[in-house]
Amino acid sequence: MTERISRSDVAHVANLAHLSLTDDELEAFTGQLADVLDHAADLEALDLDDVEPMIHPLPLRNVLRPDVVGATSDRSEVLACAPSVEDEQFRVPPVLGEAP
Amino acid sequence: MSDDAATEIVPGWETVIGLEVHAELATATKLFCDAPNQFGGEPNTNIDPVSLGLPGSLPVLNEQAVELAIRVGLALHCRVQRSVFARKNYFYPDMPKDFQISQFDLPINEEGWLELADGRQVGIERAHLEEDTGKSTHVGGGGRIHEAGHSLVDYNRAGVPLIEIVGAPDLRSAEDARAYVSELRSILVAIGASDGKMEEGSMRVDCNVSVRPMGDPELGTRCEVKNINSLRSLGRAIVYESRRQVDLITSGDRVEQQTRHWNEDEGRTHKLRSKEEAYDYRYFPEPDLVPLDPSVEWIESVRSALPMLPRERRHRLADAAGVDTATASLTVERGMDDLAVEALAAGADAGRVLVHIENNLADGSGLLTAAAFASLVAMEVGGDLTATQAKTVLAVLVVDGGEPAEVAAGMGFEAMDDGALEAIVDGLIAEYDEDWAAFTSGDDKERKKKSGFFVGQIMKATNGQADGRAVNELLARRANG
Repeated sequence: MTERISRSDVAHVANLAHLSLTDDELEAFTGQLADVLDHAADLEALDLDDVEPMIHPLPLRNVLRPDVVGATSDRSEVLACAPSVEDEQFRVPPVLGEAP
Repeated sequence: MSDDAATEIVPGWETVIGLEVHAELATATKLFCDAPNQFGGEPNTNIDPVSLGLPGSLPVLNEQAVELAIRVGLALHCRVQRSVFARKNYFYPDMPKDFQISQFDLPINEEGWLELADGRQVGIERAHLEEDTGKSTHVGGGGRIHEAGHSLVDYNRAGVPLIEIVGAPDLRSAEDARAYVSELRSILVAIGASDGKMEEGSMRVDCNVSVRPMGDPELGTRCEVKNINSLRSLGRAIVYESRRQVDLITSGDRVEQQTRHWNEDEGRTHKLRSKEEAYDYRYFPEPDLVPLDPSVEWIESVRSALPMLPRERRHRLADAAGVDTATASLTVERGMDDLAVEALAAGADAGRVLVHIENNLADGSGLLTAAAFASLVAMEVGGDLTATQAKTVLAVLVVDGGEPAEVAAGMGFEAMDDGALEAIVDGLIAEYDEDWAAFTSGDDKERKKKSGFFVGQIMKATNGQADGRAVNELLARRANG
């Protein structure tokens, strides 16, 4: 069995998800994720040439709503949930650069 | 001459440009919820649980946004296809869910093209649906982003439907890039998909730039420039970035793949992040939305309802007027091509029609009808009105409407019949017989001088109503006769 995922892969993914893991956790999750990938790899043993990739488990498509304006939330109620507010906006730590 | 007029921004080097344009779709509500899609509202008033990404809220796709996306795809000659929404994951306060719903490997529109006014075609790789982010404002630290004390976030824009149009790297100059964005904007406005206002941020342009030695088939390493807010900035950013990259290469350095931020005040780009720091978005299919698969009937009904597009309008006018599409483009941009085509169909001279539109109708055609326009041009070409008189009559027709013959008569621009003009000319020849002798027998210089004298006298005697061309012809005839 080849190694399906390395410790550094797991560290990278954890970093992307803003998770800080101890060395022990990193070790444990690397093993667990490798097991999950092994399980998924079992599918590779099947001949799936004639099977359409499944994008969604429900056999639905084109679930749409009409473009009609509905109710909006009460601003004061919403802002009351925020840790910090200024000028009717959410106050957040300095944002560096711009959105990706 | 502007510094980007030439195709080669740096001599011997070719700039390769591909643009990503985001346009907000002109719907009443957001992409996945029924909060209003409205520019300029009080902060955080056009919000609801879906816009705020509250736990338990679920997206439902807006039918009109899909309709507008199909219009965009068809107008850009794309394949409109079955598509899937995907989560693009990143942490940023303007996206409260910590992911943006976009389309990734299966976009709604793929592989199209757009034609510039001069007839060149630019490839369109894809045009997909996604939601807009909220708007963050940087406060404190002198207002500069990298010194900001803190930021304020308004979620009114979060979830507004966007179409992201990814163009092929087919553009080679700042002018090309501006022409592409102008054409794209004209198309989006023509089909009612977006208002295309760059100044309000409803149309935003990210610009990929690379350079290579002229003739080199290999593409250079590209940089993506963001924060371009006008066509002028777009041109400046391309010129700056081309020079920066050529400078790096010619000084023995190399271009690093980066995302850069255009600073309009400083006229330069700053590094935002390098490829190594690039976001890894971990795209995966959005489980809360099912695939979108518009029927052939739906697509065809959208196609049949599309208006005539700027390209078709340019070709129609160019064919009718016997000019190239670049010459026809100004009239189309001014929205006067219907007027021009009708006037041409009524027999008007194409050259005069286009010249009047270019020079004398910059502020619109007002109450001018195609029939009146055609009559006016016919009077002008027939010598019943001078060019100056025609311009004056045209200005009246634009403001008050009416028939050119009546307007001309009302202004005293009666057509001079040939007999009346001849009588006046013959009278002047008799009165100024010495000048006439000098005109008929003098050298070229003398002839020219006396020609001017007689034309002046004739214009004076006719209150400027004589047609200059008819006068010159008559003088020549008398001189030779």
